[in-house]
Amino acid sequence: MDLVNLFVKSIFIENMIFAYFLGMCSYLAVSKTVKTAVGLGAAVIFVLLITVPVNYLLDNYLLQSGALTWLGPEFADVDLSFLSFIMFIAVIASMVQLVEMIVEKYAPALYGSLGIFLPLIAVNCAILGGSLFMQQKDFSGIEGAAVYGLGSGIGWFLAILAIAAIREKIAYSNVPAPLKGLGITFIITGLMAIGFMSFMGIKL
Amino acid sequence: MSLETNQKPQTEEEKKKSEMLLFLSSSEEKEHFLSKANRKILKDPLDDNNPITVQVLGICSALAITVQLKPAIVMSLAVVFVMAFSNVIISLLRNSIPSRIRIIVQLVVVASMVILVDQILKAYAFDVSKQLSIFIGLIITNCIIMGRLEAFALGNGVYKSFLDGIGNAAGYGLILIIVAFFRELFGSGKLLGYEVLGHKGVTMAESTGLYALGYEDNGFFLLSPMALIVVGVLIWIQRARNRKLIEEN
Repeated sequence: MDLVNLFVKSIFIENMIFAYFLGMCSYLAVSKTVKTAVGLGAAVIFVLLITVPVNYLLDNYLLQSGALTWLGPEFADVDLSFLSFIMFIAVIASMVQLVEMIVEKYAPALYGSLGIFLPLIAVNCAILGGSLFMQQKDFSGIEGAAVYGLGSGIGWFLAILAIAAIREKIAYSNVPAPLKGLGITFIITGLMAIGFMSFMGIKL
Repeated sequence: MSLETNQKPQTEEEKKKSEMLLFLSSSEEKEHFLSKANRKILKDPLDDNNPITVQVLGICSALAITVQLKPAIVMSLAVVFVMAFSNVIISLLRNSIPSRIRIIVQLVVVASMVILVDQILKAYAFDVSKQLSIFIGLIITNCIIMGRLEAFALGNGVYKSFLDGIGNAAGYGLILIIVAFFRELFGSGKLLGYEVLGHKGVTMAESTGLYALGYEDNGFFLLSPMALIVVGVLIWIQRARNRKLIEEN
């Protein structure tokens, strides 16, 4: 039950985009058409689902103070947590490389349309943010971390899908010229975030 | 400080990269420290080429910490530091980094800089560090830093890269501070923690300043959606003033 709660919470209430603005760069740049948005969203779900649990293991068995006790009692007070940024980003960069190779082999059309944004997942704040929030939330087991990663990925996917659909439609409406493109996207995202706030307080 | 003059031979990949360069400036033999070109590098990102409102980079970590002015200022300073020095380091190394692994090299350089900032903040400003929580770490994946490393530091000399780093980080900080100013002022009636609009007491009689006239804080500004809307309005104002930035659709 806790896991279901965590899942719903990470999708809707603590949505990566609407609550924390993580991954905004690619969210704004790739949301012009629904098709590319879906591709990038799926890649983000996949990378988050893998990197958050992997980083959880790293954090608990390597980095935290006392995490190295499995090597022997003399390592009990070693604290490597200052290295967590570098470790996390290295795991993420290598996972992204892997995803890139898989997509290139099995979905070349998608690879072509994602273009530069696939390698840029490595610097997508939502991915590193997922790992850093995981570290802060201090889950009791790896399944919590995996569910959290999946949930935040799906939340990000939903957000980019919604904005891409809206932007496809808004091309036909009369937006004031200086507000066209970036400006109106920001304001719509703000309004959507207000909508998502209505999920606050839901507890399963 | 001497300017690098040797240009490396252009391979296919180099050419592709140089297309991405925003400013293709040929380095000259000797240049004044604040020559016109250098001043342009420093000043352009503040308005015409602002990282947030025009280049659309680095929004990720920008908005969540703008509820109050103080963390926004600290964050801006952290980004100035990280950006200037990672630009310098990458620019120094630019002729020896194989282009295949350049992303990893860049990430490692930026991450080491961020660890430095994080440790300093934890030691000397613990409460601010707590407030910024994961957002200091997220400077690593701040697209503005990677973007400038890719687009500028890999192709330009050390001093120019340093200026570019300072300029872009300042442009980023400017937006951050403007947004934080409005959110703190309207959201809680304070600036940097000082009650500039007067003190709000429990009853009207205990209140001073604007609150005595019946003014209420707009709590909505404290919520995260307002940051997006404030930035949207900023973009609107900037583009209405500077019409060449208007997008087609």
